[in-house]
Amino acid sequence: MPVFNQSRSRFIRLLFLLAFLAIAAQLFNLQVLSGKYRQMADENAILKKTIYPPRGLVFDRDKKAILNNTLTYDLMVTPSQVKGIDTLFFCRLMEIDTSEFRDRIVAAIIKNKSFRPSVFEASLSQQKYARIQENFWRFQNGFYLQERPIRSYPYNAAANILGYIGEVDSNYLKKHAEEGYQSGDYAGMTGLEASYEKALMGERGIQYLIKDNFNRIKGSYENGDLDVEAIAGNNLHTSIDIELQQFGEKLMSNKVGSIVAINPKTGGIITMVSSPTYNPGLLTGSERRKHFSELYTDPRLPLLNRAVNASYSPGSTFKTLQALVGLHEGVITTRTTFSCGGAFYGCGSGKPMGCLDPGTYYLSTGITHSCNTYFANVMQRVINNPKYPSQDSSLRNWNRYMYAFGLGHRLGVDVPTEQKGNIPTPEYFNKVYGEGRWNFCTYRSVSIGQGEVSTTPLQVANEMAYIANKGWYIIPHIVDSIEGGDKYGLLEKYKTRNVPMDIPDSIFEAVHDGMQGVMESGTGRGAKVPGITICGKTGTVENYYRGVKQPNHSFFCAFAPRENPKIAIMCVVENSGRYGGTYAAPIVSLMIEKYLNDTIDVKRKPLAERMEKINLIPPLMLKKMREKDSVQRVKEAIPDVKNIKDTLQSDDNPTEAELKSGNNRNPKPAKDSQNKKPVQADMALPDKQQIPKPAKPDSIGN
Amino acid sequence: MNQRNPTISKGIDWSIVWIYLLLVTIGLVAIFAATYKEGDPVVQSFIGFKTDYSKQFYFFVLSGVLGLFILLTDSKFFAATANLGYAFGIFAMLIVFPFHSSVKGTESIIRIGAFNFQPAELCKIFVALALAKYLSRPETDFSKTRSQMIAAGIALLPAALSILQSETGLALVYFSFFIVMYREGLPSTILVIGFAAAALIVATILVQPDTLAVIITAIALLVAYAFRKQIKRQRGLLFSVILLWALCVGVQRFAVPYIFKNVLQKHQVERIYDLFGKDNPYAAKGDTVSAEEKKKKKESGSSYNVRQSKIAIGSGRLTGKGILNATQTRYDFVPEQRTDFIFCTVGEGFGFTGSMILLALYLLLLFRIVTIAERQRSAFSRVYAYGVASVFFFHIIINIGMTIGLAPVIGIPLPLISYGGTSLLTFTILLFVLIRLDADRQMVLR
Repeated sequence: MPVFNQSRSRFIRLLFLLAFLAIAAQLFNLQVLSGKYRQMADENAILKKTIYPPRGLVFDRDKKAILNNTLTYDLMVTPSQVKGIDTLFFCRLMEIDTSEFRDRIVAAIIKNKSFRPSVFEASLSQQKYARIQENFWRFQNGFYLQERPIRSYPYNAAANILGYIGEVDSNYLKKHAEEGYQSGDYAGMTGLEASYEKALMGERGIQYLIKDNFNRIKGSYENGDLDVEAIAGNNLHTSIDIELQQFGEKLMSNKVGSIVAINPKTGGIITMVSSPTYNPGLLTGSERRKHFSELYTDPRLPLLNRAVNASYSPGSTFKTLQALVGLHEGVITTRTTFSCGGAFYGCGSGKPMGCLDPGTYYLSTGITHSCNTYFANVMQRVINNPKYPSQDSSLRNWNRYMYAFGLGHRLGVDVPTEQKGNIPTPEYFNKVYGEGRWNFCTYRSVSIGQGEVSTTPLQVANEMAYIANKGWYIIPHIVDSIEGGDKYGLLEKYKTRNVPMDIPDSIFEAVHDGMQGVMESGTGRGAKVPGITICGKTGTVENYYRGVKQPNHSFFCAFAPRENPKIAIMCVVENSGRYGGTYAAPIVSLMIEKYLNDTIDVKRKPLAERMEKINLIPPLMLKKMREKDSVQRVKEAIPDVKNIKDTLQSDDNPTEAELKSGNNRNPKPAKDSQNKKPVQADMALPDKQQIPKPAKPDSIGN
Repeated sequence: MNQRNPTISKGIDWSIVWIYLLLVTIGLVAIFAATYKEGDPVVQSFIGFKTDYSKQFYFFVLSGVLGLFILLTDSKFFAATANLGYAFGIFAMLIVFPFHSSVKGTESIIRIGAFNFQPAELCKIFVALALAKYLSRPETDFSKTRSQMIAAGIALLPAALSILQSETGLALVYFSFFIVMYREGLPSTILVIGFAAAALIVATILVQPDTLAVIITAIALLVAYAFRKQIKRQRGLLFSVILLWALCVGVQRFAVPYIFKNVLQKHQVERIYDLFGKDNPYAAKGDTVSAEEKKKKKESGSSYNVRQSKIAIGSGRLTGKGILNATQTRYDFVPEQRTDFIFCTVGEGFGFTGSMILLALYLLLLFRIVTIAERQRSAFSRVYAYGVASVFFFHIIINIGMTIGLAPVIGIPLPLISYGGTSLLTFTILLFVLIRLDADRQMVLR
């Protein structure tokens, strides 16, 4: 018995002890000293799930919801758990055959692995949902229904106002880096959805969930004690009259153009129609992408909000403002007369501006009969006023008036993509014609709202509100109040009256007289509404597309009643041909009647029906639509689609300075601005900003 | 099971029994925590023999019965049948070759009915007994090299068979019997040589081959210089220094690369290199590893396991998360967590405190066994007791070591805690035979 080795037992014990100490030391290091493993474990096992609150709703002025949320259901499948279900029966309920069933399961496995849930069918139809729900106990192995809130539009109207939500892209994420969006989130892309995104989105919640090695959810973490509750989005109350909006959209069906109606007292927009419009429901749900590209490639540009994102020469509606300028500058009085012998000869011979009714006019009758000569003379006097040392300074003075009236700059309405329009400045003319190579006669057509001047329908409607109020306006806006308070100061600018010029009431009265005359004996007499004193002004706008003359735009703007204006409104029907009084005036009169009387008189019903039915899609668009049918055209439309997107997302609001100075600092030659907005150039909007070439050269000498 | 009659209970070392019961209970709790899913009907599954924890519980009951039988057995029986048992063990390992079932990459398992049976696991008992028998023979003179060779042969024959069954981990366990041989008089020089060889191999893995060659040469020159007087007197000394130098360089330049390239399997080499945080330089030339592949490998290979295991244990902090709040082990982040990585459940659920208590229990058990060994009058009992201690020690150190990144991942279970019937039975038998032998320590020498 080798007892002599007994000392070795101590050595063995020491070996055991040392080995254990080494392990204990490493455990101490891992578990006590190093904190990173807890964090790594949490990253492994804890899923931070964002809880999306329901978006805010939008109500019209009578508290009717015009933008709502509804639930749809996706049928989800976890392929590995599909066991023992009656496939034949299931397929009958889902209206598919068994091979389709197999295909979808295989697709789900390929996409998401078999142990993770995938969408079997998105946004079940009502019937399918009911059938599946009823028999759900049969399919509990492997299938479940997942609710998904989507936007719904109870009135199927005001798509251009409400806008749509879409998945955020990398650009959006970059722009809104601080606001906690992640890819896959939805955010407002246009309309109120975009401008009031902050209020509508609410505050997101966080839910901590435990997941396993395969990212399967195993339950809530710490009994949900750390979770943050989601807070629902705030509701918006608007000044929209949804019934009037629907009526307007109906009147404008099969026409291209827009209607904007403003409550002059509040600046609240009552109706903003952009035609053609689309069913806003198309851009929700699972078919969203498909519908979106269809709308994108439609040559009629239904996604374009023409009320703010299209600008036209204002035509004769511009004369009302020239009257104000002339009277305020003292170059004319209400008793001043000009004769029209058939044309304006103030610039010598050459190609004179024609006049519809030859005769001698006072200011008010000049407005009533829309006498071109009268207003050409007025503006000529304003520009050639010896009070001002140069052409430049007098034009600048005139510019000041136009900016005060809300033209030439963005008003700041609460739907995106508003355009500036154009009020030509000395700098602008210098660029176009060259310094010192222009005078009034070069741009005389501006005096009657043609040529280089352009305005958006919203600006024209706002101009009506300004005239109706006799000298002030509130920036037009759609949202009156935000439930739960205006936390982000979105509504601040809609609270103040803008009194940009001190023009006495008497001057406005004279213009009102003329505009009332329009409805009683002038160019708009066909659109009289018995019992309502309307002040209106027609406009017939000549326009060109790539130098080719197109059918006239029909313009009409008005406010009513004269004594206590409740609505200021404008309507444009693009390329309708004929005159402002032919289409736009009756549409406006119907809108006014509907708004003020709440109904259309029986005698005028046929007029309403006639207006709804007339198809005035411009010939150019009809041609493009026919062309689009061929695959080739669809492909060619893709760059256009991109351009539309650019315009839709353009977010360059006017700077403070720009608004204050009321000066268009960067007058761009017409061609430039057209390159920037290919929507107009390529599509059927007229290129009114292009200088009419043949008319001018001979008149430069004067 | 505690209803032993006074005659058997006499002389039994109850401390070992209590530690045994505690460890098995901890094991059951850990297996329960690792495999229980919310909503499992616990009582039903216990009866139904369906879940892992219920299976383990039945194995525990079976082990208890077996332990009772062992305690009822005459202690002479073990010594008498030691050689026979050894022969049986080797036979069982041999018949695995034609009959093994294909369970996850191993060729060491036979299926008998519903049970998987691993002879290599059980063979440890027979080796411990056979070694005890051989070393306790009066005619064995362990100071002779021949006896040492035979003893080593007894221990390493099953190891060789295990390697042939692709169970390198189990094979390594048999090397733990060198602790026994050391206690019985194996010259320290052999252990010194062993350690030196291990150090050389580790250095080969860690250091650049050329650098290492320079270092070895430098050491050899230093030694030659230090002993220059002795060398002058004895030329042979210089010759042995040169021989030693050549051997070292030969091992690090040729032998180790040869073994890594041609003898060991790729995944084993990778595990060894993973342990030292190095990339396997012996990967086949064709598969130049791209960064992506590397990442993929990281997420699937044994280093992934160790990473997850370290996260689980580390996240337990001082006091642990509580057995059912342990997210890492409960939600399958750690692979093999009910068997080889069961220690993660303890580490995560009970934290540093719990781990220390478990370690203390094991250390207590080992020391108790050594104490028991030293109080034996019979060499057979003493050698056997050291055998038990060595096997337990090796399993504990390597198993816990691999979960915390101190040892390479070789699939060996944590004694009495890991899930697995054969393993539990093996360790139960090892311990209870020891208890039986110890109970009869007062009897005459065998």
